[in-house]
Amino acid sequence: MSAVLQNLVNQPYRHGFVTEIESDIAPKGLNEEIIRLISSKKNEPEWLLAFRLQAYEKWLSMTEPRWQNVKYPEIDFQSISYYSAPKPKKKLASMDEVDPELLRTFEKLGVPMHERAALAGVAVDVIFDSVSVATTYKEKLAEVGIIFCSISEAVHTHPELVKQYLGTVVPTGDNFYAALNSAVFTDGSFCFIPKGVKCPMDLSTYFRINTEGSGQFERTLIIAEEGASVSYLEGCTAPRFDTNQLHAAVVELIALDNAEIKYSTVQNWYAGDEKGVGGIYNFVTKRGLAKGVNSRISWTQVETGSAITWKYPSCILRGDNSVGEFYSVAVTNNYQQADTGTKMIHIGRNTRSTIVSKSISAGHSNSSYRGLVRVAPTAENARNYSQCDSMLIGDQCGANTFPYIQVNNNSAKVEHEASTSKIGEDQLFYFLQRGIGAEEAVSMIINGFCKEVFQQLPMEFAVEATKLLSFKLEGSVG
Amino acid sequence: MIDQNSKTLLEVRGLHANVSGIEILKGVDLTVRSGEIHAIMGINGSGKSTFAKILAGHPAYEVTAGTIIFNDRNLFDLDPEERARAGVFLAFQYPIEIPGVANNQFLRLAYNTVQSQRGKEELDPLEFDDFVREKMKLLEMSPDFLDRSVNEGFSGGEKKRNEILQMALLEPKLAILDETDSGLDIDALRIVANGVNQLTNKDNATILVTHYQRLLDYIVPDYVHVMESGRIIKTSGKELAKELEAHGYDWINADDGCSTTGVRA
Repeated sequence: MSAVLQNLVNQPYRHGFVTEIESDIAPKGLNEEIIRLISSKKNEPEWLLAFRLQAYEKWLSMTEPRWQNVKYPEIDFQSISYYSAPKPKKKLASMDEVDPELLRTFEKLGVPMHERAALAGVAVDVIFDSVSVATTYKEKLAEVGIIFCSISEAVHTHPELVKQYLGTVVPTGDNFYAALNSAVFTDGSFCFIPKGVKCPMDLSTYFRINTEGSGQFERTLIIAEEGASVSYLEGCTAPRFDTNQLHAAVVELIALDNAEIKYSTVQNWYAGDEKGVGGIYNFVTKRGLAKGVNSRISWTQVETGSAITWKYPSCILRGDNSVGEFYSVAVTNNYQQADTGTKMIHIGRNTRSTIVSKSISAGHSNSSYRGLVRVAPTAENARNYSQCDSMLIGDQCGANTFPYIQVNNNSAKVEHEASTSKIGEDQLFYFLQRGIGAEEAVSMIINGFCKEVFQQLPMEFAVEATKLLSFKLEGSVG
Repeated sequence: MIDQNSKTLLEVRGLHANVSGIEILKGVDLTVRSGEIHAIMGINGSGKSTFAKILAGHPAYEVTAGTIIFNDRNLFDLDPEERARAGVFLAFQYPIEIPGVANNQFLRLAYNTVQSQRGKEELDPLEFDDFVREKMKLLEMSPDFLDRSVNEGFSGGEKKRNEILQMALLEPKLAILDETDSGLDIDALRIVANGVNQLTNKDNATILVTHYQRLLDYIVPDYVHVMESGRIIKTSGKELAKELEAHGYDWINADDGCSTTGVRA
């Protein structure tokens, strides 16, 4: 029986191909010169270079965090290349001019941009290694005043907006990896939804790391003005390499009065092989500021890849009546490690937050939920509900829950529930005894377990997530 | 209903089995023909639940000797799901909860899988809904069972009814009811027994595994077997259950005239 479970869990990684595209790579290592190089390659204004250099100064004085429940060897930050871009043959005016090799890559990934974008009504921004390749649907969005482009483009076309908001939710010195990102970020997505506009389609970004030994440091900034709303999707893959690659992204969300931002991620970075060799170190800082009254920020994530995942998409609930949500599924297998969760910081009155975290661990993997709920003295009538469920497949894996609760206002109500279960022989046997095969049984059990989170995903993503999970755990029961 | 000419559905010979290296079954013999209802009784630890699970192919038990022929096939050649599709059904003593999986979704998948394996027509969700609601009336179940997660938060009686509902849907050749009466109040017992009675016919057979006589007031067996220390030590008609109720299991060992051959004939 456990042999079937083992097989199910041990499916090969589908996205492990490398695309033969000439890259423009910066020499390995990090110093002021490299930062100036990145900035000049991107032809950046002086204020952005200053932002980078200030972040670099802070980074130099910081040490790598070690409090998380993951183990990995010391990272040599001087052995990473901080800039890698596919070499453009000429300037791209339309999608048709994108390197066909690159387009084939996206097809292998299941993201044929034209068709998929058109069929699904999704606008896609594609970040390849570190550079944004093409943003679809830009013109259509521009008609309603939505700006959706790469952040390097926004720096040139809307410098005042970038300057006003960049680093306001995640300051340059927020943490070690955020500081690193602020110093060396090469691209990412920028999205601005003006006052009163409901974004007519889901916006989507696909990230891919292609070059061995390069890091990916993208930066995403999303602003929803008063009464605006947007649903934003993010997908990630990487080829298979024996060396570990660093992915240190920063995502900042800002919601003004009555605005709503829903941010969904399906993360499937290369996780390393079955012995734990290779894979992405996914050290990411994601934070949303529910700045205005009645604003809402919602994070949904399905984390299946990466050798190590270290991320806590958080909400700062500053506006009165603002709402923060975090829905997460984290799947780990083989020697993967995940330390993930959220922070809900209640500052405004009547603020509410919901946390639903589901972790599934198989093989020798280890998964931790780490979450902070803080209620400030100003947060009258704050409410939080947290639920953390862990499922174990086999007896070599582990799951931990680290909830931190700090309440400084007597009117607050904070609830926390946690459970741990095992896909045991008996659950599986029940399905078999009714004639249902093992693979279908495991897929059903796991989808049932994750149901509350999958319900939060946009339809198309929910289907993809369901498939990804079945795929990831295929052959692991038996 | 005993008919010596009806087809032999199950033939167990010299069955020995271990769990975690400890021998639980020490030579079980049993023959079941179509149309028959058998009760296997015995004290806790006598091996009767183990026997039920082995018939269904539970992986925790290791068969060390003996043979089982089911419907002319070697049962050991079939994986648990193949046994289910071939018509072996086990109503569990402790039906497990499956959070997040809707009962109707589970029931329909089981039904359609078994139907397609038997070369019969599958039902789409709407057709199935009508079909299952009809079956639920048999067990006096409220339709809201369909939307709840499988067995989650069900009372003991609700879980057992859900088991018999599955039996009604899957129409097994051989139904094994493992302590289906445990945890049932008298009303639920009557409903469940009534459901089982309506499902038995001349083409299928039922094995009731039970500790108490009271279930047998409602489902009348053709044979009663007493199991002790991993063997069937006595076989007789339905009156045996009453005697056990009156005298206790110790009474059997005091009785020299017992027979283990009654079933074979």
